[in-house]
Amino acid sequence: MVNVNINGKMVQVSEDTTILEAAKLVNVKIPTLCHLDLHDIKMVNKAASCRVCVVEVEGRKTLAPSCATPVFDGMVVKTDTKKAVKARRTVMELLLSDHPKDCLICEKNTECELQALAAEMGLRHVKYEGEISEFPIDDSSFSIVRDMTKCIMCRRCETMCNEVQTVHVLSGLGRGFDTVVGTAFNLPMYETNCTFCGQCLAVCPTAALAEVNNVPKVWDAINNEKKYVVVQTAPAVRVALGEEFGMEPGTVVTGKMVAALRSIGFDKVFDTDFAADLTIMEEASEFVHRLKHGGKLPMLTSCCPGWVKFFEHQFNDMLDIPSSCKSPHEMFGSVAKSYLAEKMGIDPKQMVVVSVMPCVAKKYEAARPELGHGGTKDVDIVITTRELARMINEAGISFNHLEDEEFDNPLGESTGASVIFGATGGVIEAALRTAYEWLTEETLENVEFEALRGIEGTKEATISINGEDIHIAVTHGLGNARNLLERIRRGEAQYHAIEIMACPGGCIGGGGQPFHHGDLEILEKRIAGIYSEDRAKTIRKSHENPMIKKIYEEYLGEPYGKKAHELLHTYYVPRQKM
Amino acid sequence: MMTRTLSQDLYDQLEGYIDSIEPTEAALIEVLHEAQHIFGYLPMEVQLFIGEKLHVPASKVFGVVSFYSYFTTEPKGKYVINICTGTACFVRNAESIVREFEKALNIKTGETTGNKKYTIDCLRCVGACGLAPVVMVNEDVYGKVTVDDVYKIIAKYTE
Repeated sequence: MVNVNINGKMVQVSEDTTILEAAKLVNVKIPTLCHLDLHDIKMVNKAASCRVCVVEVEGRKTLAPSCATPVFDGMVVKTDTKKAVKARRTVMELLLSDHPKDCLICEKNTECELQALAAEMGLRHVKYEGEISEFPIDDSSFSIVRDMTKCIMCRRCETMCNEVQTVHVLSGLGRGFDTVVGTAFNLPMYETNCTFCGQCLAVCPTAALAEVNNVPKVWDAINNEKKYVVVQTAPAVRVALGEEFGMEPGTVVTGKMVAALRSIGFDKVFDTDFAADLTIMEEASEFVHRLKHGGKLPMLTSCCPGWVKFFEHQFNDMLDIPSSCKSPHEMFGSVAKSYLAEKMGIDPKQMVVVSVMPCVAKKYEAARPELGHGGTKDVDIVITTRELARMINEAGISFNHLEDEEFDNPLGESTGASVIFGATGGVIEAALRTAYEWLTEETLENVEFEALRGIEGTKEATISINGEDIHIAVTHGLGNARNLLERIRRGEAQYHAIEIMACPGGCIGGGGQPFHHGDLEILEKRIAGIYSEDRAKTIRKSHENPMIKKIYEEYLGEPYGKKAHELLHTYYVPRQKM
Repeated sequence: MMTRTLSQDLYDQLEGYIDSIEPTEAALIEVLHEAQHIFGYLPMEVQLFIGEKLHVPASKVFGVVSFYSYFTTEPKGKYVINICTGTACFVRNAESIVREFEKALNIKTGETTGNKKYTIDCLRCVGACGLAPVVMVNEDVYGKVTVDDVYKIIAKYTE
């Protein structure tokens, strides 16, 4: 331990502490910009590139970047000297001199960390006029828009993409003033390894990386009288949407969300949770089938499109291990345009399926050519939680004052098993609740598999079913997934089933969720919201959902049967690894 | 998948080199040097090959290639004319030498003539400031170059 004096306040910390961390302990606030510390998922952006956090250290001639300077015993730090404050302002003015000033109409308006810092510093004019970076906008993908004129070279996206997700799409290119974060050979995003998980844009302080805005497409559909527009909402949306309206993270706003969607003008408001129950019917059947018939194990979940694209690139020799199940929102689209359309006498071509997702990869997934039937897409438009919040605001809805409403039926009925899809470990827990009962023909009394829950990167559990030990693993974050898959490829790990989600925390931490700005406690609160919603449900096992029973009786036949395969299963394609 | 268009012999040569060293990320720069020596330039297919052999992501390989001005992703001419524009050469009118070469060959700095014979490049200081302005054609050095010398120099490299 060492003693450090910060602005006259003494603090005792361990030697590997940075000045910034030590200052936090004595409530001394040092402004930061490039710095991002996501300890819970083991990511710290150490670029120290912006120099906004510089402070004076006694005995040191130059200013020290507090985010990257470790403390030493007897260190005397002053964070608020004229020299430090002036340097910070200069840094900001220089950054702003090469940054577009279109804040009013920027995607990140009111969510931008550069804007917030400029406001905090009270900057009223930018002294410097000089060269302005020019880069073409990359809107080649269905998910992510790159506008590098707004990049401040904090390198958070690179750290996220390379160190946490190990996707390696982004790298610093060029040198000097022309340096830019870009892709290999400046390829458009769509032609790269990108999984479209969107974690890069979740940590981007500005709008250099942003989601593809699909809000206008949704309004067009709603305002088109010939179209029958149905909407579905993913489990993770209901525990995060409230944040956009000033509510505590994790607040469950299902009823208000349904009311808002109805008020916006959707013809039917359904629930992806229904389709999550459907997914469990199919996935648990597939798992039981693989177990009983010596099929390929482990079976990997396939709900997450970021993860699917990741293994298509990185593990294209193992395409036979993921489940063939479509993701829940695609299953929903598929049954909406077949079962529901038939039931309601609507031409599937006139039906528009809109998905509200915590995810930007779902935008890309919806455009995958194999996910549709007879010339119609399963899902037509995907918007994120953030985009839904914008639509609610645009429509002038006073969200916080809405009376709770219920989902429409038949595709709105769901169980506790389906809602936990939103948190890491939830899909496999839901599958176990059903698979256990099918395999043992006994009632599962305690449905909560605690060992599979929580923010830990990789979780394991062994469950005894009919005297056989079933080994389960859960992992989230693509870097963790890569480690696990490599161990399996080398024969070092044996599991029966594995759940993998691309985003840290699972869908509740998706790239389309309200920005957490580095506060990962928000993710934990959303997870708590998810499990409280599960506990509040009377039915907590997917196969007990009466509407699910009905759709199999009336339409699909046997789970994992012929019709189910046609509508609810898919295939994967090997892609180039770069 | 990306197909390779360059000669397999050259790839074999590069592969032989990579196999002779420890193929780790740390070797990236030296492998790029060798590859540029073998192929003359570093097109996408060569960078992908190197990334695969060294287990380095393509984005990182390209990041390094784009950082160092020595590396080029475009094929160069048979004769690479390097005009020094370092401080000493600059004050001794290297700019006019550059302009004269550009005029004589009808290309801009960084470009290569259509017949793949000449490339004009600029570099910063070859350490022969006493001879400023300096021009290099491949390995040959010319000192105290005047505008009139430009045509004489080009005339030596017509084969």
